[in-house]
Amino acid sequence: MLLEKGYVDPAALDLIVETYETKIGPRNGARVVARAWTDPAFKARLLADGTKAVAEFGFGGRQGEHLQVVENTHDLHNLVVCTLCSCYPWSVLGLPPVWYKSAPYRAKAVMDPRGVLGDFGVFLPPSTRIRVWDSTAELRYLVLPMRPEGTEGWSEERLADCVTRDAMIGTGLARRPGDAA
Amino acid sequence: MNGAQDLGGMMGFGPVRPEPDEPVFHGEWEKRALAITLASAALGEWNLDMARHARETLPPPEYLTSSYYEIWTKALARMLAERGMVTPEEVAAGRALMPPVPTRRPRADADTVARGLAKGTPYDRPAEAPALFSVGDRVRAKLINPRGHTRLPRYIRGRTGIVVAVHGVFAFPDTNAHGLGEQPHWCYGVRFTGRDVWGPDAEPGLEIMVDCWEPYLERAA
Repeated sequence: MLLEKGYVDPAALDLIVETYETKIGPRNGARVVARAWTDPAFKARLLADGTKAVAEFGFGGRQGEHLQVVENTHDLHNLVVCTLCSCYPWSVLGLPPVWYKSAPYRAKAVMDPRGVLGDFGVFLPPSTRIRVWDSTAELRYLVLPMRPEGTEGWSEERLADCVTRDAMIGTGLARRPGDAA
Repeated sequence: MNGAQDLGGMMGFGPVRPEPDEPVFHGEWEKRALAITLASAALGEWNLDMARHARETLPPPEYLTSSYYEIWTKALARMLAERGMVTPEEVAAGRALMPPVPTRRPRADADTVARGLAKGTPYDRPAEAPALFSVGDRVRAKLINPRGHTRLPRYIRGRTGIVVAVHGVFAFPDTNAHGLGEQPHWCYGVRFTGRDVWGPDAEPGLEIMVDCWEPYLERAA
């Protein structure tokens, strides 16, 4: 009906679908993470101003206007949620998966993040604190996961293959060498 | 508003169920739902906060039993109907019965949409007053229950936290969603401890970071 009444252009609809189906997805974020793992100066820029740093890759635009990158360490694990809707860093991860927008995740992440991680088969040592980022305003959050051991000397390209979407949301960890892809 | 969208801390939904090898879209209709939502927004008849409010005013039983693209589509139909762009009679008939109404911006062609996606819509605004709070300040999320749109989740209302970031000045959703203008305010990153939010049984060491506009906060002792 929107087409019939001339409110929307069919070519524009195709372009939107094509953009998020083939051009903008978690591979963007994986490249950013791999660069941060190999280039300390880039990592410093990324943590200081995520929006500006990912623009070096040409990433930006809708739902990536105000990007903040948060770093996982042995002591601190970050997890991103939007309890109020589905805010998500589209520019570096593409569109959110269904579970991210679902009631179970949005309800549980802020109260029982270890339980959420367990649902994903991720178990962290009790000594690792968990910090949950509720995307209630216009900032969007991307997790910089820890670089897996055993990847010394790897190229950015190869490292990017270790970086899963879930690792950049905080519901997963980067793949270690030998983990199933 | 205290709607079904404000889910933080609710129980009983069961485990999170990630879908292995989840496709970007589940079927053609999801593609269409995303595309018409974004392309219709480009007509300039509503802003993002109005769209969020249209979604969260779905009755709670309906919100909680709809998929996310269903929520988007139902909200879109409501916004189109409110503006006389597509009437409920037309939706029922499945075809146009009325001519289109004028819109603030013309239909976006593919180039315009591509530019819009690439440029995004920044919501930061110039500061017109100094920030009331600084990093390190103890603040309390106000105990308020706005009838309209708000981005202050229920689970932190009345709770005390620490300002850890001054993000800048951003359009204020509580007014922007209701056609009252952007009325930009300072926005802060506030850190709450799990214990302060959930009580003594909270997960040890849990921290919850919530971005809060200045009108949501008051100074705490």
